Amino acid sequence: MITLSRRILLAGAAATLSLGVAGGTAAAEDTIKIGVLATLEGAFTVLGEDSMRGADLAFEQAGYMAGGKKLEIIKGSSDASPDSALKAARKLVEDDKVDILLGPLSGSEGLAMRDYAKTQPQVTFINGTSAAQDTTLRDPAPNFFRFSTDGVQWQAGLGTYAYENKGYKSAVVIAEDYSFPYSQVQGFMLEFCKMGGTVPEKFWVPIGNKDYSTIVASIPDDVDAIYVALGGADAVNFLSQYQQAGGDKPMIGGSITVDQSVMGSQARLGKDYLAGTPSAGPIADAWDNADWKAFVAAYQKQFPDGFPSPSLFAHGYYIGAEAIIAGLNEVGGNLSGGQAEFRDALMNLKLKTPTGMVSLDENRQAVADIFLTELREGADGNLYNEVIKVIPQVNQTMGEPREEFLKLGPVSRTNPECP
Amino acid sequence: MVAVSDKLDEKKAWSPWPLTRNGGILLLLILYPFIASPFWIVQVGAQTFFLGLVALSLMLLAGLGGMVSLAQLTIAGVAGYMWAIFGESTAPISLHLPWYLVLPIALAIAVIFATLIGAISVRTEGIYTIMITLAIGVGFANFANQNYAILNGFNGFAGLSPPPIFGVDWREPMPFYYLALGIAGLAYFGVVYFRRSTFGLSLQAIRDNPRRMETLGFHVALHRILAYALAGFIAALGGIFIVWFNGRISPGSIGLGPMIDILVIAVLGGLRHPIGPFIGALVFVLLDNFAIDLIDRERFNTVIGAAFLLVVLVSPDGLLGLWDRLKRALAKGRDESGNDGFQP
Repeated sequence: MITLSRRILLAGAAATLSLGVAGGTAAAEDTIKIGVLATLEGAFTVLGEDSMRGADLAFEQAGYMAGGKKLEIIKGSSDASPDSALKAARKLVEDDKVDILLGPLSGSEGLAMRDYAKTQPQVTFINGTSAAQDTTLRDPAPNFFRFSTDGVQWQAGLGTYAYENKGYKSAVVIAEDYSFPYSQVQGFMLEFCKMGGTVPEKFWVPIGNKDYSTIVASIPDDVDAIYVALGGADAVNFLSQYQQAGGDKPMIGGSITVDQSVMGSQARLGKDYLAGTPSAGPIADAWDNADWKAFVAAYQKQFPDGFPSPSLFAHGYYIGAEAIIAGLNEVGGNLSGGQAEFRDALMNLKLKTPTGMVSLDENRQAVADIFLTELREGADGNLYNEVIKVIPQVNQTMGEPREEFLKLGPVSRTNPECP
Repeated sequence: MVAVSDKLDEKKAWSPWPLTRNGGILLLLILYPFIASPFWIVQVGAQTFFLGLVALSLMLLAGLGGMVSLAQLTIAGVAGYMWAIFGESTAPISLHLPWYLVLPIALAIAVIFATLIGAISVRTEGIYTIMITLAIGVGFANFANQNYAILNGFNGFAGLSPPPIFGVDWREPMPFYYLALGIAGLAYFGVVYFRRSTFGLSLQAIRDNPRRMETLGFHVALHRILAYALAGFIAALGGIFIVWFNGRISPGSIGLGPMIDILVIAVLGGLRHPIGPFIGALVFVLLDNFAIDLIDRERFNTVIGAAFLLVVLVSPDGLLGLWDRLKRALAKGRDESGNDGFQP
């Protein structure tokens, strides 16, 4: 009997195993499987959840149908590390057998995903919001499409505005130490340095850094401004320590610097200090535009528990999902022939989004409008981001010829420089 | 954390059953790639073997030596980093040496690193060993995050792959699986043999009563440091597989989360027998991949945590302990119902 029981246990285990093996392969002909990958764990959980809202909103609006086929959505989670993104993508692609993968969220994940995309030519990868420049600029994958703009593009117009309108001739950089802020800093410095501005020093800090005292102490007195590319909570920590130490240089903000957590700390950080901070990014909460307002209203209606206004992560995933739906509609849901027709349709898509028209360049990278904003005090006494200017159709090389732009070399801690 | 002895196994009279069972398991493992999809071969199968390898090194230290080291993944990470630095990667730092030089260099440096950890933590006991190895592990991950000269900082290294030995692409599912199976098998039987060797026996004796062993003239510290070195070698093998599998390594790969994962795997499986870490790794990999399908996407980590808690609460000796209890309960049931006409 003991033998028997053991055998039953073993047989049970084997049966479970083979069930699992067979489970992944059954897919109906008239269903298209779409994997959505975002950070539902770790430091970026809140952002990942908002990404999912963006994707859900687009699929919901389409009634989970595109090109006459039913859309089946399978979600995956990473913790913003490339390893975890790869692990989740492998499961979605190789086990769930998705036809299209939407994601990831964070910069370094995007670089890993591009490399993985090259090994899975049968699947089309649509970027979420990862914004590292080299994901599409250098050595791109033929099946990786990015309908969101990158961190360099997001800063379009900021350097010029800071130099000309705000009158800042020199600035120090305080930024987090990974691929996305490298891109942001390049985007800012390209224009700022070209105008004649100087950046005497750059400080790179780890994500989630708490103690900024050494940096605060080393900021030179003779600069006009500080360029801060830190995620919201880090920015609050840095700014309060900076102010406690008596720092009063005005701030120039990266795309994710001036967010709800900074706005929420306006009492502590001082409205007078924050007001007048210029920034630039792919969306602007307070943009007075019918399409944008309709998008915000739809988001608020669908997700009463969501943010007061969709974040750029919800926006990026929404656009990615919209692109998938538009592409599938174009080809009538036909993904045969290695998805060649579908990919052609994506390439030639002129997508109307809540933030203007989006199209792709030859590297499958979005060309889109960018919003230059400045923090202002509203009639109700609260700060809000006023749109100064919409920079139309910013491309990945910031208007430069591609060869010239590539000569600048990959972004890093030491590139670019203009002391 | 001191494991129970193996009296159970020894008292049993010889029977053909273990042979059939082990043969059956071996056959299943060998035939597995023919029935499974690439995902199940690599992400579940191979990953079980190499995570099991790293956890096996912890089992050797904790189960046989009574030293719980959280730094075993760090040692694996050192091996992986060395593979990237001396071998091929997309970062300009890499030296592009041939694989037959890189492999021994990477393993040797990892073993030296493990020996140093051993030398530092060997004079501590229990919770202090955990603290020291935790500090070393987290410290190394933070160092890797900020060192750009050698370890390439936050970005780490990408474009890592197994070398094309004998013209085989070892990254293909089947070869990768069998390679992992082979190395894991060797390490497993190595540890099984090690438990019965003179060194292994004295290590277990030191675990049970270091003072008596000291009095008997054994060099306790040296034994422990050597155990660290040996465990370090096994962990380093696992580390090489990890970078081959991920194709990349960065500080996130060796951070606190993955370090704790190894502890979870070892404890989940059970520290009493070398098979424990592999069972733990299998359960962990399955949970890690499929918990998200069982429950609300935002809450799947709760399932993993709950499963771990459940196993540890129900059976302090992990799944192996659970198995033993089941076996005993079945044996008892048989004794009680011995005369009802059924023969075992």
